[in-house]
Amino acid sequence: MKNNFWNGLGGWFKKTAQNIGRWFKSLFVSMDDKEPKLRTLIKKDSFIAVLSSLTSILIGVLFGFVLLLILNPGHALGGLGAMLTTGLSNPVSFANVLYSSTPLIMTGLAVGFAFRTGLFDIGAPGQYLMGAFFALYGAIILSLPWWVCLLLAMLGGAIMGAIPGIFKALLNVNEVITCIMFNWIGLFVVNLSISNIPPMLQSYYGSVQADRTVKLITVNESALIPRWGLDTLFGSNYMNIGFILAVLIAVVIFILLNKTTFGYELKACGFNKNSAKYAGINEKKSIILSMIIAGALAGIGGGFYYLSGVSQYQIAKVLQGVGFNGIPVALLASSNPIGIIFSALFVSYITVGGNAMQPEFAKEVIDIIISVIIYLSAFSLLFRNIIKKKIAERIEKKELKYQLKTPTSVGDEGHGVLPSEQEKEG
Amino acid sequence: MLGLNIFADLISGTILFAIPLLLVALGGMTSERSGTINIALEGIMIVGALAGCLFLRAVNTSLNGTIPNNPQLIMLAAILVAALAGGIFSLLLAFASINLKADQTIGGTALNMLAPAFAIVLAWAIQGQGQTTIYIPSWIAIRPENFGLIASATPGFWETVIFKSFYLTTPIALLILIVTTIVYNKTRFGLRLRSCGEHPQAADSLGINVYKMRYIGVLISGIFAGIGGLAFTVAAGSGFQSDVAGYGFLGLAVMIFGNWKPIRIFFAALFFALFKTLSGLASSIPFLPDFTGVANSQYIYLMLPYIVTMIVLALTSKSSRAPKAEGIPYDKGLR
Repeated sequence: MKNNFWNGLGGWFKKTAQNIGRWFKSLFVSMDDKEPKLRTLIKKDSFIAVLSSLTSILIGVLFGFVLLLILNPGHALGGLGAMLTTGLSNPVSFANVLYSSTPLIMTGLAVGFAFRTGLFDIGAPGQYLMGAFFALYGAIILSLPWWVCLLLAMLGGAIMGAIPGIFKALLNVNEVITCIMFNWIGLFVVNLSISNIPPMLQSYYGSVQADRTVKLITVNESALIPRWGLDTLFGSNYMNIGFILAVLIAVVIFILLNKTTFGYELKACGFNKNSAKYAGINEKKSIILSMIIAGALAGIGGGFYYLSGVSQYQIAKVLQGVGFNGIPVALLASSNPIGIIFSALFVSYITVGGNAMQPEFAKEVIDIIISVIIYLSAFSLLFRNIIKKKIAERIEKKELKYQLKTPTSVGDEGHGVLPSEQEKEG
Repeated sequence: MLGLNIFADLISGTILFAIPLLLVALGGMTSERSGTINIALEGIMIVGALAGCLFLRAVNTSLNGTIPNNPQLIMLAAILVAALAGGIFSLLLAFASINLKADQTIGGTALNMLAPAFAIVLAWAIQGQGQTTIYIPSWIAIRPENFGLIASATPGFWETVIFKSFYLTTPIALLILIVTTIVYNKTRFGLRLRSCGEHPQAADSLGINVYKMRYIGVLISGIFAGIGGLAFTVAAGSGFQSDVAGYGFLGLAVMIFGNWKPIRIFFAALFFALFKTLSGLASSIPFLPDFTGVANSQYIYLMLPYIVTMIVLALTSKSSRAPKAEGIPYDKGLR
């Protein structure tokens, strides 16, 4: 009995080891009449997309380094080091990276989702702002718990998203224009509302600052997103479960877009409105729904940022960059929801690094790098084609070599090097 | 008497802020009529303003506080510098969208992000750490003295209208408006440019070089927006602070409001500028509601032009005619 058990275990181990071995082998060598898996992988579009994004990033960072060299050669290397290592240098900075990446994931998802359904959601800043306002109103005035506030944020963003959707679907007004207009309308509405609801302002609670909202911790602690001990783990109160929730939402959006009929319908409308209509999809409904979902995503981002309790909303005359930064985040990830998690992390990582570059360099160097990266990704199609061509050439060359070395058929004289040698030996 | 003075202030302010909008919208029109969506106008304005202000600053520093003999000649040079910088910067958009057939909105977004960051970094590099505002000298304003008149201690109606904020950018913008209108409607070049935005394949079949025309369209839009950026900075009055407060995007709205036609754009620009000026003056104009009891009521007036634009767009979307081929990269091989 005992022996049997050990034999069984040994057999299992052997089998598993063999399987793993086979899998590794199948990466490089063709097995079961299939080509090597690595070769299949590098031919895939998603792999090429990642490679072209990485190329854009590399060129962007190199460009940034050259810029640092021109601006201040003595500190250039130190500046580059600060930019690339600060985010991982200590837990507090890392917490900062995660914290600022959370709203970026959401606005990136908003822009990316709209892109996938054929719309350009440049209204993310306004949707983000409205989400923030709804969340703060729920938290401060209505004293609601955090998750209800997040739902309110979603609602606020969805309303702002619905407007350009309706204008596009029913009145045929380009969504880019409506979005730009409503970014400003949203900003002014939020500013006007906050300044006219005194209990929302810091000044109502005995402070002199009338230009920002009150700290959540003083009025409604239950509105803070729970931290689950992450704050003590990282030693930073920037940490809460917002990041985890954002990642989960990204996964949900991925499934929605790629695995459901609903997502397929939305994508079909973006791809070709007329053929979608012909296939029986209500294209007007789809456009409005796409914008509502995109807006809701950006709105949640605003909720995540302000319900963390470390930032107060400040009345300003210009739109915040978080919404606009959703655009590069989405572009870098070719609008893939899972990719957006990583590109948001990247953007927030070098932004944290950029803050550490001061005072030798303005932190806006980072914006230059990001904009160079988007500029490059604007013609990523060109990049992709070049990379595809290079890979195809490579594979062709290898295949040619492979065919030269091993005889596939005896009758094939052009490639048959070995048969003649065999004959000699014989 | 007081009411009249405010009326004069209103007119002069409206003209002052209409000028950058007019220039930028005309630029956007030129670009879109040739087939390229130029969402980068905001960024181009910033670059133009940056170059113009840096030039003025350099001249002012070399003068050591003395007023130059011919300030308007220097202002003209600054305008040319701004135009040149805007033109060069717009070539980045032209290259990406015409040569590489990249997505025009994405390329434009990149340039919008690049410009303010570049301006801040350059301002730091030139003026020292943390000093992002570039101040412009006050002698660039055109005064009554320039025309042999004597400025009165209490300026009357006409003096306020004309000289309260009169800069060289104003006559130049009006000149550009007239020239553009004529070139658009009366010349062979204007017709060719428009045809490239409507049906580039047809234009190509008649021997028009679509790529060249689109390059020219984007370049002209860059030149106009560059001057517009300087005009905005001059109008804003507190020096260059690495942004133009969304006027590039507002210019796009003005362009659509004006239905891609120069004269209509002129009136649309005046309309937007009127509300912008009203938002600052509302409290001192008696017949306007001043929303007492509403904190920060200036936002109501700031919001109005956007809301009115949206209403107008909603009502006229049937008759609003954007150039048919705008936003689509021209590919010779396509039919």
